Amino acid sequence: MTTESEQQSEQQPQTGPASSDPQREPRASRDFPGMGLVKGLATTFKTMTKHAHTVQYPDQPPELPPRTRGVIALLEENCTVCMLCARECPDWCIYIDSHKETAPAPPGGGRERTRNVLDRFAIDFSLCMYCGICIEVCPFDALEWSPEFEYAEFDIKELLHEKDRLREWFWTVPAPVALDPGAPDPKEMAQAQKVADKRLTAQKAAEIVALADGGAAASGQPERSGPGRSGPAGGAEGDG
Amino acid sequence: MASTAHWWLEVALRLVVILGFFLVVPLLVGQMEHKAMAHMQGRLGPMRAGGFHGWAQLIADGVKFAQKESVVPADADRLVFQLAPAVALLPYLVALVVVPIGPGTQVGVALDLGLFFVLAVMGVGVLGTLMGGWASANKYSLLGGIRTAAQLMAYELPMLLSAASVGMAAGTLSLGAIVDKWQWWWLPWQLIGAFVFFVSGLAELQRPPFDMPVADSEIIFGAYTEYTGLRFAFFLLAEYAGIVLLCLLTSVLFLGGWHGPFSAHLGWLWTVLKTLALAFVVIWLRVSYPRLREDQLQRFAWTALIPLALAQLAITGVVRVL
Repeated sequence: MTTESEQQSEQQPQTGPASSDPQREPRASRDFPGMGLVKGLATTFKTMTKHAHTVQYPDQPPELPPRTRGVIALLEENCTVCMLCARECPDWCIYIDSHKETAPAPPGGGRERTRNVLDRFAIDFSLCMYCGICIEVCPFDALEWSPEFEYAEFDIKELLHEKDRLREWFWTVPAPVALDPGAPDPKEMAQAQKVADKRLTAQKAAEIVALADGGAAASGQPERSGPGRSGPAGGAEGDG
Repeated sequence: MASTAHWWLEVALRLVVILGFFLVVPLLVGQMEHKAMAHMQGRLGPMRAGGFHGWAQLIADGVKFAQKESVVPADADRLVFQLAPAVALLPYLVALVVVPIGPGTQVGVALDLGLFFVLAVMGVGVLGTLMGGWASANKYSLLGGIRTAAQLMAYELPMLLSAASVGMAAGTLSLGAIVDKWQWWWLPWQLIGAFVFFVSGLAELQRPPFDMPVADSEIIFGAYTEYTGLRFAFFLLAEYAGIVLLCLLTSVLFLGGWHGPFSAHLGWLWTVLKTLALAFVVIWLRVSYPRLREDQLQRFAWTALIPLALAQLAITGVVRVL
């Protein structure tokens, strides 16, 4: 009865007790007692010889990721006062005032046109929760994220940025991020490509028809030229 | 008459040097702890105070502590409470007087019973923590004090036994004579003793991983919970002075003190270098290991360190007789 366990413990005096409880210690530390302690010392020493992770912020600018949500910038020229951003804002921190202006009818005829003119566009960054819904919802890309973040104020009222200040932020908006390699083209690109392809095939078809026309003229068969002329017309329709 | 004046001058000079050592080296160790610990954790540590890599951080801390109000709790035992930091700090200063830095006369007082004196006085330092824990009228302080007492009981014995082993090996209790007799092969001979002495010294100083008496996640800051201002700073200084003394003693007893190349002229430098290297190890251990539980602490002392210390004594005895 006792022989088996005793033999085992005699054969493996070191690993015996540890192997009975493999959860307690990782496998490597069972090789030699105290290895875990040595490894702990080695880890801290290795970390000491490497560079620290600290970025000394005011002296050293932080490396921000390209989609950093620093501040919301406004491109006033793109805004049509559709009010979508102000209505979607969960904090109701966007303030928009506008009036309508009527442009006189063009001299060639037609009717008068009205358009919205932006009087005030303000974002209260003391309320803003940086959700970015206003930017998502803007149909004309008048709002964009800027990575600038150093606009803390001593007075909370100063955090209400009016449209001049929001316009200034727009100079700091980074260029759109390049697509990932292998990503499908954006919708606009795909559409333009389709149009270009169509135009190319129409042009080729026209060339073929022209060649055929030339051959027909040489052999004296004028009635074949009718469908040949309709070829380029079909191509023009495709362009539209 | 002239010789008496000369004698007084020499005594004063020695005491001034020792006081300077006592005030500067613990700060050096503290700064090393700031920086080494930070870099071991991938941080930079203090970078601002003093301009260059925060070299003046501890001076700034001292100024801060001096400005703070020193509060004594209403229910505290005022006298004991106020005396405790001094009791914690001064023994380390007194002990420094008898530890030799270099060969010959580079020691405050060459005491024949130096080893005995140093260990006795170091034991008094822990009394300050006990006083603080008892007098604070705070349950966390009391718990911390009791844990300190338990730790002192457990770790004083292996420390004394391993120190006695060196005394046996050298056949003297004079620290200077011990270093004089030291040979390189004492290093492997007294290796177990060195380990036991250093580890139990760490435990007596309540340094991590033996910092159960000040375990901040359980009992706030143990016996020092109610202390503020300069008194608190004195406790902190006592901790670092304790590290310096422990490392100094370990290097004098086990690492050959001033022995090394050019020891005739640069002996003191070797002692200081060995002390600082050991202080680095103290910091390194703090960063690397988690805190031992109270029962693990006690078990480690009674079932590991004391048998090891006794074994060291036996080895020392056998080798001496041979």
